[in-house]
Amino acid sequence: MEIKGDKIIKEPLVAPDLVLADVNRDVCRPLESFPSRKWYICLAIALSALSVGAMMVTGLIGKGIGVTGLNQPVGWGAFDITNFVFWIGIGHAGTLISAILYLFRQKWRTAINRSAEAMTIFAVMTAGIFPLLHVGRQWYAFWLFPYPNQRLLWVNFRSPLLWDVFAVSTYFTISLLFWYTGLVPDLASVRDRCKNRVRKFIYTVLSMGWRGSARHWNHYEMAYLLLAALSTPLVLSVHSIVSFDFAVSILPGWHTTIFPPYFVAGAIFSGFAMVVTLLIIAREVFNLKKYISLYHLENMTKIMLLTGMMVGYAYLMELFIAWYSGSPNERFIFLNRLSGPFAWAYWIMMSCNVLVPQVFWVKKWRRSVPVMFVCSLLINIGMWFERFTIIVTSLHRDFLPSSWDSYFPTRYDWGITLGSFGFFFTFFLIFCRVLPTIAMFEVKSIMKIGRKESGAEMYAGVVARTD
Amino acid sequence: MNNKKEKGILAVFDHPNRLLAAVKKVRQAGIRKLDTFTPYAIHGLDHAAGLKRSWIPYATLILSLTGWCLGFLFQAWTSAVDWPLNVGGKPFVSWPAFIPITFESMVLIGGVSTVLILFITCGLPNRKLPALDPRFTDDRFGLFVDKNDPYFDEAKLRHLLKECDAEEIKNVA
Repeated sequence: MEIKGDKIIKEPLVAPDLVLADVNRDVCRPLESFPSRKWYICLAIALSALSVGAMMVTGLIGKGIGVTGLNQPVGWGAFDITNFVFWIGIGHAGTLISAILYLFRQKWRTAINRSAEAMTIFAVMTAGIFPLLHVGRQWYAFWLFPYPNQRLLWVNFRSPLLWDVFAVSTYFTISLLFWYTGLVPDLASVRDRCKNRVRKFIYTVLSMGWRGSARHWNHYEMAYLLLAALSTPLVLSVHSIVSFDFAVSILPGWHTTIFPPYFVAGAIFSGFAMVVTLLIIAREVFNLKKYISLYHLENMTKIMLLTGMMVGYAYLMELFIAWYSGSPNERFIFLNRLSGPFAWAYWIMMSCNVLVPQVFWVKKWRRSVPVMFVCSLLINIGMWFERFTIIVTSLHRDFLPSSWDSYFPTRYDWGITLGSFGFFFTFFLIFCRVLPTIAMFEVKSIMKIGRKESGAEMYAGVVARTD
Repeated sequence: MNNKKEKGILAVFDHPNRLLAAVKKVRQAGIRKLDTFTPYAIHGLDHAAGLKRSWIPYATLILSLTGWCLGFLFQAWTSAVDWPLNVGGKPFVSWPAFIPITFESMVLIGGVSTVLILFITCGLPNRKLPALDPRFTDDRFGLFVDKNDPYFDEAKLRHLLKECDAEEIKNVA
């Protein structure tokens, strides 16, 4: 947006020379042509990372979770829970874009919501692996759900860890349904373009025979709005509940009331960084710059700047409260974070999450793709280390100095972390090839088509009345 | 097209405003059995075509509240009735601890049922009625008038639709 004289000039959301028919053609092109060399190279890297992870997971299941760096006193999480919180957080940006920006009628979301939602689904799937591995006897993981069993036992509904089970599984289910509902009209578009019979059959089944009838759109729009309204509190609840895993315990550094909003802001922050990383690559590889413009990327950098400062505020407030509480244990934990053996992780977190996003105050840098790309990667690194810092520094030196020790990750920890990235990117790359990466029908609905066409003006009165 | 259910006239438009004007005129001619096919939801079209606001929100409200109650009652029942277990000296129905899962079950049941209701009311998956024209999911807008409408008069309709700048008018049989 720019102000010239007394006029506000808004940037177009899609390139102004596009007509409706271009949308289907451009977005479906990657689905209808053979993948490029770049895509195969990306897939090869992702699959290699995934296979390293798969090997390590096999070893872990075979030998037990003792093969990782878990030990006293860092007996909870370290890499497992760090990765779990990291990946769940990544997912939150997708829901923010698809649900919250929808409720706020932010039209620029239409170009990015499909891929952001896909990212959510894959990130939650990736996140789910970690608690599953962490339970130790993975073949009994279904005990987490309350079902009638011959032991006559129920799960403990007062435990935040169980709240997490419900929050994450609900989040996954609702995100998947939201995503699929949003896909149905686009799958119908893909179906109607298909020439190959097998492809046509698959997309016919997936689109469930959608044909864009006015009656259907009437219900569809309402149901979509309702799902957005349900997802909005859901996404806030999920990371709040993840933060309860920590906040409900009594450990210094974890037992704070600031955790729910702090975690939610951090989740959105890291999620947006991941969306920016993925979209910069996708718009380049699949030639979608007419749809995902610098304007979209700039908007996302603004959200990163905002949430980055919220996270920075939380970091400073944690330090202040640790001092202000007068509790020697609280004070020690934060001094230990700042200057103890894991201070390097703390300072990576501080510089990547608080200092790096400050470059987005400058408009020139907000609109520079290389700057954005580097910053989004740094933010993701910073947010990973935020969770690492929270988990490891609070655990490795708690109340009794006699029980202090350090934490040493093993190749299993590193291997599974690497594998989780492989898992995520493999799914994302396949998604880009088989489903439309941009919500085509939503983009069409915001295009300014044919306003200057002859004859269109004569109906302008009709539109004005019904709008 | 072996379409046994739908018989009538189909007009194809190249601009949503033309479709909107045509729908208004056809409705003015007394015709009620009409449907439109568009690549995206066009604002004002539901009103012009005489469609009421969707009733789905009421169903979502009721089912979400049901989910809320079921979630809470299930936790209370397992903790206080089926196997009363003293956890940290707290009451059996320590309700604040039940709120997160109560909330999640509300969202889960409300959300899943909204999607199911949407598909059921729209008759999806739909195998019987094929798309009348593949361009309706691309960049064209269709208006279909059913032959069974008491005001259906083919010659008159064709004239009216042509007046509304229909790009193409064809019979569906």
